[in-house]
Amino acid sequence: MSVTREEVAKIASLARIRMEDAELDRMVPELNNILDWVEQLGEVDTSGVEPMTAVIPNTLRLRDDVVDAIPETSGGRRDDVLANAPAAEHGFFGVPKVIE
Amino acid sequence: MTSYTIQGATGEWEVVIGLEVHAQVTSNAKLFSGASTAFGAEPNTQVSLVDAAMPGMLPVPNRECIRQAVRTGMAIEAQINKWSRFDRKNYFYADLPQGYQISQLYHPIVGEGQLVIEADEKAGIPEDKVIGIERIHVEQDAGKLMHDQHPTMSYVDLNRTGIALMEIVSKPDMTSPAEAGAYVRKLRSILRYVGSCDGNMEQGSMRADVNVSVRKVGSSELGTRTETKNVNSVRFVMAVIEQEARRQVDLIEDGGSVVQETRLYDPDRNETRSMRSKEDAHDYRYFPDPDLLPLELEDSFIEECRASLPELPDAKRQRYENELGLTPYNARELTAEVETFGRFETLLSATASQIGKPEAKVATQVANWALSVAPGVMKSLGDEADPANATAQAQAKILAMQDKGEISGGQAKEIYEHVLRSGDDPEAIADEKGLKQVSDTGAIEAAIDEIIAANADKVEEYRGGKDKLFGFFVGQTMKAMQGKANPAVVNQILKDKLG
Repeated sequence: MSVTREEVAKIASLARIRMEDAELDRMVPELNNILDWVEQLGEVDTSGVEPMTAVIPNTLRLRDDVVDAIPETSGGRRDDVLANAPAAEHGFFGVPKVIE
Repeated sequence: MTSYTIQGATGEWEVVIGLEVHAQVTSNAKLFSGASTAFGAEPNTQVSLVDAAMPGMLPVPNRECIRQAVRTGMAIEAQINKWSRFDRKNYFYADLPQGYQISQLYHPIVGEGQLVIEADEKAGIPEDKVIGIERIHVEQDAGKLMHDQHPTMSYVDLNRTGIALMEIVSKPDMTSPAEAGAYVRKLRSILRYVGSCDGNMEQGSMRADVNVSVRKVGSSELGTRTETKNVNSVRFVMAVIEQEARRQVDLIEDGGSVVQETRLYDPDRNETRSMRSKEDAHDYRYFPDPDLLPLELEDSFIEECRASLPELPDAKRQRYENELGLTPYNARELTAEVETFGRFETLLSATASQIGKPEAKVATQVANWALSVAPGVMKSLGDEADPANATAQAQAKILAMQDKGEISGGQAKEIYEHVLRSGDDPEAIADEKGLKQVSDTGAIEAAIDEIIAANADKVEEYRGGKDKLFGFFVGQTMKAMQGKANPAVVNQILKDKLG
């Protein structure tokens, strides 16, 4: 599997990452190297082997339906949340105008 | 059999409709964080570091949201998938800080189910119809954008970001705006019975994406569909279908073709228009979310979900008809909304115990009272009525007096008016205001004897076969008794005396 220059440009644009031509020149072979490397896994015959989701037996843990139980995952910290925003006003994030 | 068709220049067209309903799950905290879901808070005050997608945060699913999705699946008779998984749906937008929505594309938690929309002759639904449901999956809601607060910026409020949604995807089984409207209403009713979504469309707790395509009547091929996003009322869902079907027919007949695209509905102009800005947004590059293990449901969890389900709308309606002997109309009206049947069942139980009869014996009387008499009185009083006075106990007492023949229907209304104004005891009101009817046979007999003596000619005519005159005697008697005689007693005595 490999990606073309057009595909890389499109993925960058979907992720809103600006990419100059010089960067694309570098990025395309880099990505293809990574894809080739991963593709080596294809050499292993996995027919009849169940897909595995984790290397250790583990199940998804669920949380109780409690508001603000743990500070790290609680609301009520607007200043923290807005601290790194390029623009924030009246408690809102400010972003370049997007209109449908 | 399609009853809804569109007459075009080249013939008749029919419409194929599928709906994706997004229902906000009723829970205290968000799907993957502990931030509150309460509506109407100050902007960004209910946003955790998880919801804001700060680096290093990991999502942990809220058990209650999973439970509500499973219970909803059971309520639509759907397959519950004991193994499901979360996927990332990647797109870039200012209301989605993660850059992807955590959703379930490949392995949804709920598989195929169905619901029944009831026949409604007037609306053009000739008989009950089963509408298939493809799946329900759980996903995150996005934030809210405000465009009109600043000249060059849009404002973003992430309070809604990360609240759990159920996306309920129907099969393309609907063929008219009326069917789609009935489907949304029925789904809303089921969600509210189950308690998994408050169904508040004004606050956006429930919104629909409407998929519409058209084809020539008799054709079995599906046409190209469009998807109109975020339609937030039953009326608008129906309007979108009408507008979009007409637009597609005109387009095709003018030699064009329908483009598969996302559209928006503009209620002010009553038209849909293309959302060009999202053109390449469809390339979602879904993949399993590496932050979340597969969701595996224990049998005990599933059993608990099943055991906690309430009686559902269809079952309740049938029970009202079969066991309580209500008319189909009354049964349907009473079971449509959670609040309505709640009030009815409380009043029914209070009335039955007040009268000392089984519920089935008084259900019709209570249903008529609850559906037409009581709301009528409440409405006629307007602001003078204090709804807090409309207790089940007071209404049950009035119904009991009426059942015993102590008061007439008219007097029941009058007493209820006083109750709503003052909150006083209905029996005390009846005594004080003299709002009681006479069942004393002696007084009624005396009045009737006088009337018979004074109208010998009419008595002759009646006995000669002019049955209609019976009404005249009833009227005269009621007049003589100043309207306070028990009509059943009057009828009986008149029949005996007139022979």
